Amino acid sequence: MIFLRRQFPLLITFVMGVVFAGQYYVPHPRSELMLTEVTKWLQIIGGFALVLGVTSLFHLHAVRIHRREPGWGYSFVLYAGMVGTIAIGLWVNGKESADGAMTAFGWIYSSMMVPLQGTMFAILAFFIASAAYRSFRARSREAALLLIAAIIVMMGRVPLGEVLVPVSGDLTQWILNVLNASVRRAILIGVSLGAVALSIKIIFGVERAYLGGGKE
Amino acid sequence: MLVLLVWALPATAAAQEALAPPNNLRVIDTPSDSGGGLTVLWARADYDAPDVRYQILLGDGAEKRVVAEFPADSHYVRDAKWPWWTRADRPDAHQFNLKSGKGLELKPGTPYGVTLAVVKGADRVEAPPIKAVPEPNWVNWNQMNNLFLVLLFGAAVFASIRTAKRREIFLRRIPGLDAVDEAIGRATELGKPILYLTGAGDMSEPSTIAAAVILGRVAKRVAAYETDLMVPHRDPIVMAVCQEVTKQSYLEAGKPDVYKEDSNFFITTDQFSYTAAVDGIMLRRKPAANFFMGSYFAEALLLTETGASTGAIQIAGTDSDHQLPFFVTTCDYTLIGEELYAASAYLSKEPVQLGTLRGQDLGKGFILAVLALGTILATAGVLFATDLPMIVLDLFKDLK
Repeated sequence: MIFLRRQFPLLITFVMGVVFAGQYYVPHPRSELMLTEVTKWLQIIGGFALVLGVTSLFHLHAVRIHRREPGWGYSFVLYAGMVGTIAIGLWVNGKESADGAMTAFGWIYSSMMVPLQGTMFAILAFFIASAAYRSFRARSREAALLLIAAIIVMMGRVPLGEVLVPVSGDLTQWILNVLNASVRRAILIGVSLGAVALSIKIIFGVERAYLGGGKE
Repeated sequence: MLVLLVWALPATAAAQEALAPPNNLRVIDTPSDSGGGLTVLWARADYDAPDVRYQILLGDGAEKRVVAEFPADSHYVRDAKWPWWTRADRPDAHQFNLKSGKGLELKPGTPYGVTLAVVKGADRVEAPPIKAVPEPNWVNWNQMNNLFLVLLFGAAVFASIRTAKRREIFLRRIPGLDAVDEAIGRATELGKPILYLTGAGDMSEPSTIAAAVILGRVAKRVAAYETDLMVPHRDPIVMAVCQEVTKQSYLEAGKPDVYKEDSNFFITTDQFSYTAAVDGIMLRRKPAANFFMGSYFAEALLLTETGASTGAIQIAGTDSDHQLPFFVTTCDYTLIGEELYAASAYLSKEPVQLGTLRGQDLGKGFILAVLALGTILATAGVLFATDLPMIVLDLFKDLK
């Protein structure tokens, strides 16, 4: 059993890791075909895993409703929403429109999901303002620098700012193209090396914590 | 009359030279491709000028058609962006790549007749057609520099791991990771839960794997303090992996009885529905510590700003460079880029993990040296109008 739990997953990881790292250097159509095939496997596994996820969600909220935990009403709303949407979706064969008219399933998506998602996204504007207020208070030298850079960039990005302070446009471009771009590239170099090192550790079984546990 | 004849003779010879068929015409299967390409090569000619045009023709007899036409002073081997080790001819020779697409289809294994014509005004000269077969290749030799550098980096990582096993390696302080204990301790004192997010990515992303590994280290300490842990997920596979990781951590901490099966739970794969649910959890359960590890998109600020409003201590770690400003602004500590990958080593202090960090540092040192050398060589190449620096520069290009 220990072989199935430990060595076998490591063996699969090693073989698949080496094969698909090598696949990057093989332009042959069969290599592409293999990648497409394995991507399909991933989609199938993802489909089964979704059942696992939904089961976890149903179980968690069923327990909350059953125990009448604080906020169990939200769990009830979730249940009603999920069961209702699934039932309506099955009723109309998952179609959002039929004969040119919107189905109930389509209405749920267009008139409930889309506005709710839009609302969540719109909140971002207010959160940006509050986060900016907090970070732009010049309490330290770094925060003062950030404030100055932000003011210049804001001036350079709006037509009125460029009219009031003509040099702000060029300064903004310099901040974005020189300072910002070089720091971003430095971060990306570090990230790429970190990702490659982690991949090497996983392929060769040096990092095993993701299997559920550290060293043997 | 004689003078006129003598004057006219070289001009006539030059006109005839302008119409001479191209020398050394070759058509080969494009190397290092998937089988849908042919490469046409021919020597440069004295008449190469903007007013002279080359035509590439595909097919035999009556089916022959022009598939490309361009000025004669263009399409040289050096313009093709192939590295020097895969070049099929001298840099000053002409090269044209015929590829499938845009009304042209080259099937692997099918022979095609290709020829080249030179056009100057009303004059036109055509070379005899050459047969060639496009074939798929098993190795992309253009990317061998990439493979070589990956192997070199891998060797540096393993050499560093060996070194780390023999002697201690210095590790600079990472305040964000030092604060992990502080955050867990604070949650324990306040009797509030800890919220841990693994980001928007799936298990194929290194940042998600790093987040799962760090979760193992955090869960071990959480188990020791017997504090509540909540890990809401966007991906069911990540949830399944994190369940195993958490369970194992509780076992290693000697607290399997404290482990709760529903500490890892799935919410939804939808970005903003997930964000709304996690924001709700933050506002209702008021966790004392929030961890944001992995990759994030537009939801980053919505999550962290809500967390900040509840007064929780917040530690973020991400490789999503576009979201870093939001994390830095709203979180108490942020692991920037590679620090996310270093976190596992920092928290475990295992020599094997620390050795990997040293390997990464060697890699960064190498890249810095290459950047400096590349700048000097590229500048020298422009100043002295020579292609010689490309011998070194090609080694570090991401050539397709």
